[in-house]
Amino acid sequence: MRKITLPMTKEQLFELQAGEAVQLSGTIYTARDAAHKRLVAIIDKKENLPFDLQDAAVYYAGPCPTKPGRVFGSCGPTTSGRMNAYAPKLFDMGVQCTIGKGPLSREVIDSLVENGAVYFCATGGAGALIAGCVKSAETVAFPDLGAEAVTRLEVENFPAIVGVDAKGNSIVR
Amino acid sequence: MKIIDAKDITAAVRGAFLSACIAPGEDVAVALCKAENEESSPSGREILCQLIDNNKIAKDEGIPSCQDTGMAVVYLEVGQDVHIINGLVAEAVNEGVRRAYAEGYFRKSVLTPINRENTGDNTPAVIHTDIVPGSGLKIIAMPKGFGSENMSAIRMLKPSDGREGIEEFILETVRNAGGSPCPPVVLGVGIGGTFDYAATISKKQLLREVGSVNPDPQLAQMEKELKDKINALGIGPMGLGGDTYCLAVHIAQFPTHIAGLPVAVNFSCHALRHTEVTL
Repeated sequence: MRKITLPMTKEQLFELQAGEAVQLSGTIYTARDAAHKRLVAIIDKKENLPFDLQDAAVYYAGPCPTKPGRVFGSCGPTTSGRMNAYAPKLFDMGVQCTIGKGPLSREVIDSLVENGAVYFCATGGAGALIAGCVKSAETVAFPDLGAEAVTRLEVENFPAIVGVDAKGNSIVR
Repeated sequence: MKIIDAKDITAAVRGAFLSACIAPGEDVAVALCKAENEESSPSGREILCQLIDNNKIAKDEGIPSCQDTGMAVVYLEVGQDVHIINGLVAEAVNEGVRRAYAEGYFRKSVLTPINRENTGDNTPAVIHTDIVPGSGLKIIAMPKGFGSENMSAIRMLKPSDGREGIEEFILETVRNAGGSPCPPVVLGVGIGGTFDYAATISKKQLLREVGSVNPDPQLAQMEKELKDKINALGIGPMGLGGDTYCLAVHIAQFPTHIAGLPVAVNFSCHALRHTEVTL
């Protein structure tokens, strides 16, 4: 089990092999369908982004509301394929890894390779377990989107498997 | 005749969703443990282990096992000798859903389909009502996640396609779905009826105890064969390879028209959650 601190150096990123189990620690940003739509609209208009995408880790997730007394609500990954239309633009802006579940389109894998990024698969449905890896959470963009707002999470030992490595090798079906 | 107050329906629906949204039942827990013992892929075993841990954490801490606490599907089996007073059934059900999703800190995932405007309280529920003999009211609450719902499919096969065509359509649906519906999954299959009724009975099959034997021997055999064929595709947990893709295939059939052969395949992810209450 390889332990990874985010953001990774390029060397660390290129060492990862598809199929390898990892634990992620550091900063990740939740973003799913509606947030991606807005982010890409901002990129297209060349306006200022609400957070820096350079070397960012984007987690495809829409959590449950946080119960009083807890750090964060249940927050497993959502289906990555729904972000196919947006992912290449985010890789072009410097995103170094995405975390989600399920396969990516050919175009997204090509963009990932071109930009030297990596795709991690988290376990769909493991929302309670992953919530336990979240040490702090702060909404950083689009609070009006509720569960689809962008939240900056500090995570520790978030379990994942390298789904597509930087060379484009994929184990995801 | 039995009189049931709409307020009691609201309370029952609230309680049922507060319970159902936390974690799947013991049948799923047993099936996951069995799969974990038999899985040959290391990543597959790792994922199944995480899911077993996850469901335990959810129950111990009273938080949803999956953040997708679903669209609320409600089955009402209303005894024909029941009279409901002090309100409308649909409103009573939706009020129960509203309260459960607010009080449980569950995700509100329901919105208008074209303009994507969230209704804010996870209503309306999808309500299926059957009139049955007797004077009871059975309520089944099923929070239905959409990672799996999205991969479901229906096809109007030709009668000449026969049993072979049915099986090929189910396998094709699984191959197209791959890892997206959060395998391990349970497949509900509805064969026959009309376009809509095939889908209705396919979803209802998801309420069966996972892995229970179908009382129809032909369907029982098809369920077993299909489960083996699907798992042999090697898609595995989360689509990352392995022996465990489906925990069970549950099939229902209903007579259909001489010209038709509708087949519906409804996926549930491993977070197969439902709670039953009888008033």
